[in-house]
Amino acid sequence: MLKTPEASSSGLARSALSSLPRRAGIGFKPQHFEELSERGSRTGFLEVHAENYMGAGGPALAQLERLRRDYPLSLHGVALSIGGEGPLNLEHLTRLRILLERFQPSAFSEHLAWSSHGPYYFNDLLPVAYDGPTLDRVCEHVDLAQNTLGRRLLLENPSTYLQFSESSIDEVAFISEVARRTGCGLLLDVNNVAVSCANHGRDPFAYLDAFPVACVGEIHLAGYAEEHDTLGAPLRIDAHGSPVEPDVWALFRHILNRTGPIATLIEWDNDVPDLATLLAEAKKADACLAGSGNGCRAA
Amino acid sequence: MTASHQSLLAAALLGPDLTIPGLKTWNGSDPVQRFNVYRNNVVHSLVEALRAKFPVVEHLVGRTFFGAMAQHFVRSAPPKSVIMARYGDEFPDFVASYAPAGPLAYLADVARLEAARVRAYHAADARALGPADFETIPPHALADLVLTLHPTVRLIRSAHAIYALWAAHQGELEIGDVDPAVPQDVLVVRPAGEVLVASLPQGAAEILECLASGAQLGAALMASGTPGLEAIPVFRMLVMLGAFCALSLPGEIE
Repeated sequence: MLKTPEASSSGLARSALSSLPRRAGIGFKPQHFEELSERGSRTGFLEVHAENYMGAGGPALAQLERLRRDYPLSLHGVALSIGGEGPLNLEHLTRLRILLERFQPSAFSEHLAWSSHGPYYFNDLLPVAYDGPTLDRVCEHVDLAQNTLGRRLLLENPSTYLQFSESSIDEVAFISEVARRTGCGLLLDVNNVAVSCANHGRDPFAYLDAFPVACVGEIHLAGYAEEHDTLGAPLRIDAHGSPVEPDVWALFRHILNRTGPIATLIEWDNDVPDLATLLAEAKKADACLAGSGNGCRAA
Repeated sequence: MTASHQSLLAAALLGPDLTIPGLKTWNGSDPVQRFNVYRNNVVHSLVEALRAKFPVVEHLVGRTFFGAMAQHFVRSAPPKSVIMARYGDEFPDFVASYAPAGPLAYLADVARLEAARVRAYHAADARALGPADFETIPPHALADLVLTLHPTVRLIRSAHAIYALWAAHQGELEIGDVDPAVPQDVLVVRPAGEVLVASLPQGAAEILECLASGAQLGAALMASGTPGLEAIPVFRMLVMLGAFCALSLPGEIE
């Protein structure tokens, strides 16, 4: 039933997925501002959460203005709630448009998840059911977002801890169909693949082999935490608070065979280490991207 | 998923006793344990956001007490904005009504000071006036000046020594030397990159409030309640702190 992704005829869909360099980058944390700004080009690109830069002014925006002179920038939204039942928050969409116009980032990405319901925002990426009505709604939301923002967005595959009995579509097929219908690009979070596949008893290599790599404009790598469910099976948590795990490096090498070199972010949002540690992780990713494999095999 | 299902999930995220239909796990393990990962993520991330915004309040009451108080707040008032820097602006009012914190009468005002710092951090940028900006004003016209408060200015007037409590937690004062019962007016302002917190002398808050309402400088100095000449150094201090961003004389074309 579901076709493989193909370019839509609209100009928006034909525009580039991202103009990020095909190198490793890191998530920007304010405590690293001095080191990153003193000497440019410490890493391939910087990614920030869009919602942290929505004040009227102040040092946060000034830092971003300074950094974008030396680094390609990726804006990563965490609050658009594309998977939400309700309509998209137009006020938030406008804020995003203003931010994108101001900073002209090389990529903009969001999540296949919901984070708002009714008047409330939950500050977490919550799972959607994979069924026909949800697919239609997600596509409507992506269409509206792309039309309002005037650019293609990269939609990120989620990490999930449970499933819904309504779900009738495989996750990769669901994501592929959103990309095919809307022309959006995809952000392939390899850590999320490792987390979700372990949590649902699936083969992560088969997941990657089915993933529509032609749509992928960026990859995310991060560390996960591992607990156990009530039957003792692994329950992985998308914690972003530790180095990338060996099995995620292996999955990364595997997908690079299909994608070739591609912008790859090291995400580390909790218990943030010093810049040198982040850059060392990025260097491992760069080694994989360069195809030398040494840094990667050592990981 | 029907419209009601995401509503049930949303309610269950903040209601630990609610059951959720329609969950499934691949191996038949308990789906509620897995749903609890989301519950924990939501509550934990919001409590952490409050810890980050109110570090002195947390230090004053301790980590455990703060965690319990913040969880009450999170469950009663989840965020309504997706901009997390705004979350907790109502936390000081909650603290004021939180019975277990009742004996700490100063706590809500300390929270107000900390919320004001975050608002000032993200408020609009503007060049602050300095003493040099007043040198071109003829002395006889000074009393007629109308001043615009800097957009980052926040004034907190408290019946408690909230500046001293705050400063003690920055290592600037000994906490043992602080008498919380002394009233203090505090100015929060970000004239350049950094947010400043200053304890104001008597009369300064009245001058600021008066100028904020559009009064001329002469009238504002009168309103300070301090004898005329003594109000001038108070006003000068406000200028030095960067409390104003524009001045005009009535009748001037702006």
